[in-house]
Amino acid sequence: MADAAAPPLTEAPDLKASKPGVGRRLLRNPSVLIGGFLILLIAAVGLLAPLLTPIDPAAINPTNRNKLPGFETTERDDEGNKVTRVARMGTDSLGRDIYARVLYGARVSLTVGLAVAALSVAIGLGIGLVAGYFRALDGVIMRVMDGLMAIPGILVAIALVSLSGASLLTVIVAVMIPDIPRVVRLVRAIVLSIREEPYVEAAISVGTPTPKILWRHVLPNTIAPLIVQATFTAGAAILLEAALSFLGVGIPPEIPTWGNIMAEGRTAFQLYPHNILYPAAFLTVTVLAVNMLGDGLRDTLDPRMAKRV
Amino acid sequence: MSSAPVLELKNLSIGLPKGSDRADAVREVSLSVAPGEIVCLVGESGSGKSVIAFGTMGLLPKGLPVRAGSRIALQGEDLVHVNEDRLRELRCTRMGMIFQEPMTALNPVMRCGDQIDEVLAEHTRLGPGERRRRILAMIEQVHLPDPQRMYGSYPHQLSGGQRQRIMIAMALVLEPALLIADEPTTALDVTTQAQILRLIKELQAKAGTGVLFITHDFGVVAEIADRVAVLKHGVLVEMGPTEQVLKTPQHEYTRMLIASVPSHDPPERTRPAATGQPVVLHTDKLVKTYGHRGLFGGHKVAAVRDVSFEIRRGETLGIVGESGSGKSTVARCIARLIDPTEGSILLSGTDIASMPNGRLRGLRRKIQIVFQDPYRSLNPRRTVGESIVEGPMNYGATAAEAQARARKLMELVRLDPDALDRYPHQFSGGQRQRICIARALAMEPELLIADEAVSALDVSVQAQVLRLLADIRDQLNLAMLFITHDLRVAAQVCDEVAVMSKGQIVEHGPTRQVFGAPQHAYTRALFEAAPGRHFDFGRAG
Repeated sequence: MADAAAPPLTEAPDLKASKPGVGRRLLRNPSVLIGGFLILLIAAVGLLAPLLTPIDPAAINPTNRNKLPGFETTERDDEGNKVTRVARMGTDSLGRDIYARVLYGARVSLTVGLAVAALSVAIGLGIGLVAGYFRALDGVIMRVMDGLMAIPGILVAIALVSLSGASLLTVIVAVMIPDIPRVVRLVRAIVLSIREEPYVEAAISVGTPTPKILWRHVLPNTIAPLIVQATFTAGAAILLEAALSFLGVGIPPEIPTWGNIMAEGRTAFQLYPHNILYPAAFLTVTVLAVNMLGDGLRDTLDPRMAKRV
Repeated sequence: MSSAPVLELKNLSIGLPKGSDRADAVREVSLSVAPGEIVCLVGESGSGKSVIAFGTMGLLPKGLPVRAGSRIALQGEDLVHVNEDRLRELRCTRMGMIFQEPMTALNPVMRCGDQIDEVLAEHTRLGPGERRRRILAMIEQVHLPDPQRMYGSYPHQLSGGQRQRIMIAMALVLEPALLIADEPTTALDVTTQAQILRLIKELQAKAGTGVLFITHDFGVVAEIADRVAVLKHGVLVEMGPTEQVLKTPQHEYTRMLIASVPSHDPPERTRPAATGQPVVLHTDKLVKTYGHRGLFGGHKVAAVRDVSFEIRRGETLGIVGESGSGKSTVARCIARLIDPTEGSILLSGTDIASMPNGRLRGLRRKIQIVFQDPYRSLNPRRTVGESIVEGPMNYGATAAEAQARARKLMELVRLDPDALDRYPHQFSGGQRQRICIARALAMEPELLIADEAVSALDVSVQAQVLRLLADIRDQLNLAMLFITHDLRVAAQVCDEVAVMSKGQIVEHGPTRQVFGAPQHAYTRALFEAAPGRHFDFGRAG
């Protein structure tokens, strides 16, 4: 063979211009920016609710029932000074301040969204890795998941509430259970394709133990799609929690949530639409923001699903 | 040939998007194809040969603009400035194209006959009866059996070769003046490839079609071309009649390419025979059946049947065969990536065929495997250094020891040791394959399996990797199992070859003996089909 083909003794790889990093691409995506900003704003509203309004969201005031937004009352506070309070979003049929209730309600919605997303992804990831990698268990696990998927979330919630009573935890568990199979299916599909990759086979043949193979070579491939899945799960969970509270099978009525504020206002909706409109607006904006964030994340993190420009 | 050219390219330049490794995919290429002539466009990957084909068909994506001053003329008609409607009319009627992958080029949910019919219905005013008659005649012309049945078949019901024949029928049904064939036989087995090449030649001679044939394989060039054009990085470096270019290449690059093509004749063995050496691997009646047990009895397919051979230290056994012959299954059974159904695999005397995974772990390091696809063999998220040290650290080496060893191995495979902290995407295909070899060697194996390890590489890179493998085998006195479909490669690196067909070894012997006087009918057919067999490569230059 000709000497012309002889390679130099050692070669260095070409340094190709690297693409902008994930972080920078995320910051360039308008959906991510707007969705992320709105979620942060609502989270801040929820956290800072005591600073934004001095009114106790649970305080019942029979004299000021069903007042329209902007209604002013003059009360004496604990030290006897006169203070004027404005019910910015009016009051409900028990005279509770809707503005305060909506602000505090943000806490429940975001907690449920975050907890359901995090828990269903964590549990689903574990089950999915096992189902995808250990073929013997796959059939059993997936049939159980199919079964879980067939149960409507609201029925699970009603069953759980009647068994263990209404609480935040019950709602989180109830909303999470039907979401787990979705995560399992996603993870399993990724694992099934990754385990056939030659680099996984190479890892097997250099004696890497199975848990390490899963952790090092398989798991990183699931992260981007899971982040995307988690955001959509969060959006759906917030909506489902509101629906459960609206039906009265969710969070106990003493804790304000957007769902049970709307449930309170349902009967008198035609006379006092503000009882429903304000929490509904917050709910809509929150779910929209979470879904926008999810869309943006999908376009940036998962180029296969991005629409072609 | 005196008649006006079918296709004429003059100063054709096609740009690349900003940030690419060069400004133009193709720069000032001029060539012509006369009626009844086959011009081969040869080059390594990234040389721009397919870009020329797509440019001619007017199928370039927006990111690849044809530069001003370029001229593409089909029978004298300018194609650069023509509008989309006219181009659509010209495709099929005056120029046809066949692609590399016949499965993806055909619509899987449409009958083959209907796909050809679409072309006729779009471009002619023939009635349904007349169209059907023409299609059946065309299917017969491409030598497909039972045209009626072929007309009604879906692509998945046909073999790769049959699908490519349908593609050819579709491209030629309107008797275009120009046929562009973009690596039409690369995805096919060697015997099928020979048939398709013969078919293209026959149809082209009959109708006087001009053919622009794109390939990377000099064997195919020797087989089919009247003239050859050699592309390097988008520049035409040499053009001339086939005999002249292959025998007396003028340009240095052409000489290097042709010299890199392995010769079909096995070289005289210069190394001492391995007969006295200990047997590293011995398989006895290895069987692998796939299938499933169903409630009502399953069905079984034997991928490997009764395969027995042995490899001694310092020796290379080649397993050659076409796709589906079971050669890769044998390799994967031996590496215990899959479990053999029956038979034994003796590794230095220990049977590992049915050893449970726990006990197997200690022995895994003795067998290492290098895979075909250099782009998928390395985890893209880990630096090449991390990939190389993974194995030794699994067996208790400290990070420092493993790192030092990785640096030595990088030198052994002729890569810069400082590149260990780079990621796989920063390396070329050949470099990655060398990293995979380094990763395998880090385990200090006794047996190295190369499963089509050079098949995805360009011919010049392939030559380097083959030389490296032979060097390493000799330096480290390894036993090597070399799986390949490429007879030329097998001829060059293997001491012994086993020819597999339908899961069985049909012929096994020293390379020179098998290549010199093949005994089995299948082996003879395989050698007969090898393109450019009569042409003595690897000697020129």
